[in-house]
Amino acid sequence: MKRFNMKTWWNAKTKRKWLGLKFSDGLLFKWMLYALLIVIGFVYIYPIIHMVSYSLKTLEDLLDPSIQYLPSTLYLQNFIDAFVTLDYMNTLGETLLVSLIPALLQTLVASLIGYGFARFQFPLKKILFALVLATYIIPPQVTMIPRYVLFFNLGILESIWAIIVPATFGQGLFSAIFILIFYQFYRMIPKSIDEAAQIDGASRWSIYTKIAIPLSLPSFLTSFLFSFVWYWNETYINRLFLGGGGETLLLRLLNFASAFNNLMGGDYANEAIRMAATLLIILPLLLMYIVLQRLFIEGIDRSGITGE
Amino acid sequence: MHKKTPWYNNLYRLEKQTLVLFRVFRIPLTSKVREALSGYAFISIWLIGFLFLTAIPLIESLIYSFNRITIVGGEGIQLISVGWQNFITILTSDLAFIEQLQQFVWEMIIYVPVIIILAMVIAILLNRPFKLRAFFRAIFFLPVIITSGPVVTELLRQGAGTIPSLSETGFLTIIESIFPSFLAQPLVELFTEIIFILWFSGVQVVLFLAGLQKMDQSMYEAAQMDGANGWETFWKITLPSLKNIIFVSAIYTIVTLATFSNNPIIAYIRTAMFEGIKGYGYASALAWLYFLVIALLLLVTSFLLNPKEKPIKERPMFQGFRR
Repeated sequence: MKRFNMKTWWNAKTKRKWLGLKFSDGLLFKWMLYALLIVIGFVYIYPIIHMVSYSLKTLEDLLDPSIQYLPSTLYLQNFIDAFVTLDYMNTLGETLLVSLIPALLQTLVASLIGYGFARFQFPLKKILFALVLATYIIPPQVTMIPRYVLFFNLGILESIWAIIVPATFGQGLFSAIFILIFYQFYRMIPKSIDEAAQIDGASRWSIYTKIAIPLSLPSFLTSFLFSFVWYWNETYINRLFLGGGGETLLLRLLNFASAFNNLMGGDYANEAIRMAATLLIILPLLLMYIVLQRLFIEGIDRSGITGE
Repeated sequence: MHKKTPWYNNLYRLEKQTLVLFRVFRIPLTSKVREALSGYAFISIWLIGFLFLTAIPLIESLIYSFNRITIVGGEGIQLISVGWQNFITILTSDLAFIEQLQQFVWEMIIYVPVIIILAMVIAILLNRPFKLRAFFRAIFFLPVIITSGPVVTELLRQGAGTIPSLSETGFLTIIESIFPSFLAQPLVELFTEIIFILWFSGVQVVLFLAGLQKMDQSMYEAAQMDGANGWETFWKITLPSLKNIIFVSAIYTIVTLATFSNNPIIAYIRTAMFEGIKGYGYASALAWLYFLVIALLLLVTSFLLNPKEKPIKERPMFQGFRR
């Protein structure tokens, strides 16, 4: 039997393999990198692991201190209860409505505004663009009360219009970011393309619709996805402006305990059911992310908000 | 037969190369004027929105903050001027708000650097070619998609915001006994919510990664030739070229944290809005004070992280349609 001998094993070849030419090409370094990433990655998804594990627990499992993460049986009743309490299908439809429509409008309008700022010279442009960026910094709490009064007077409070109107006028949720994304993109299209089209008799509007929009489809996609996710996750403005007029999934989660109590005849919503509800709520986004993950990340990469 | 003059002719009409406004003002349509008009046409929707949904509400809420507001039976609102009274009441007797505001400032001072440093570390780790790179990148970005007020609240309620051993080992009680209370509270919160604080770094990781990838590799090679080690190249090359991104990330982090639905101050302002004795006027004053604090934080940040310095590498104007 060949005995392991440290002296012969640690020769130039293995040294090269483990430590590399520089330390940073070696195997040891690579393993350290993986270990570090796995540890940090675990911390990142720990809440999700917790959520999945708890959502599958029965009441006995919850009370049993010997059961930490792995439930004793595959128990799906929590999901059924949560599904019913959330009125899932209806609420999902409503949530899609109040996130898809504003997201779509916001993206279209942001492209229009971004194009205006990127391609034309006009007086006060610098000041106006600074104001666009300023709208990002102004916290919604400041303008929210007058907007509330305004929407009340217009009679659109507690309806989806209270979300749609700001989105349509470029004052929606983080509109400034989307305007900036389009601005950065349109600024990079060479002017000569416009000039060539102009000589061929194209109007400015048709240059925008026939040349700029097709080129910027990736930006449209990025803006739309982020806009959608942010509108979906928004609860603060939705709660105020939608009021009783609309129930999104996240708003329902806020009142989950009392809703469950009413529906289940005074039963107490235990941790497992609450986690099942939370999981159901992030599920659509999670599925979308699994499919479109590259688009999200490369979208930011491409967007050029990295501060030129 | 005469063509009927359209109704808007008094407002504006085009005469060959001139635009006539209100029958009086004649503006020659040079190409410059045409361009300016087109520009305004494109941004007009924003101008209207900004005026009616941001600028005017901003002024209105400032006016509200100097008034007591009563709602007159569905008719609208009635203002009674009270001068600085709202602000004086908040600053002298609304201890709950002042305390929350103080805590918010301390949280920002601690959280923002933690988030940025962590995002930078993760980006540097991810900035090497290895298998599973895309997978890890996706994990670090996942929170951006699913973070929302109610979800975080639910998870925090169950203590899923921290690594279990952290609270079990009595680590937190040690912190509480060592630091003065104004620092201890945000620190304890930092560790009980550590994961959710990490969750706020997803976008920043991607921004840093993009920045690292745009960096000129030849600079590192040159530094290595000159005998610089990894530590030195990080401080002398990597960090300075990430300056812009650090600034953008800091602003992004502050704004995101400040407007996140879970923020207790935001909830406090909304509650005040519908509270009998306080009402819209008082809530507006709260919102303006909050805005001032955020503006101050942003100002200090931009002062500290001044990105005005010239970037090391000029970006070319046009890089192809890849972006």
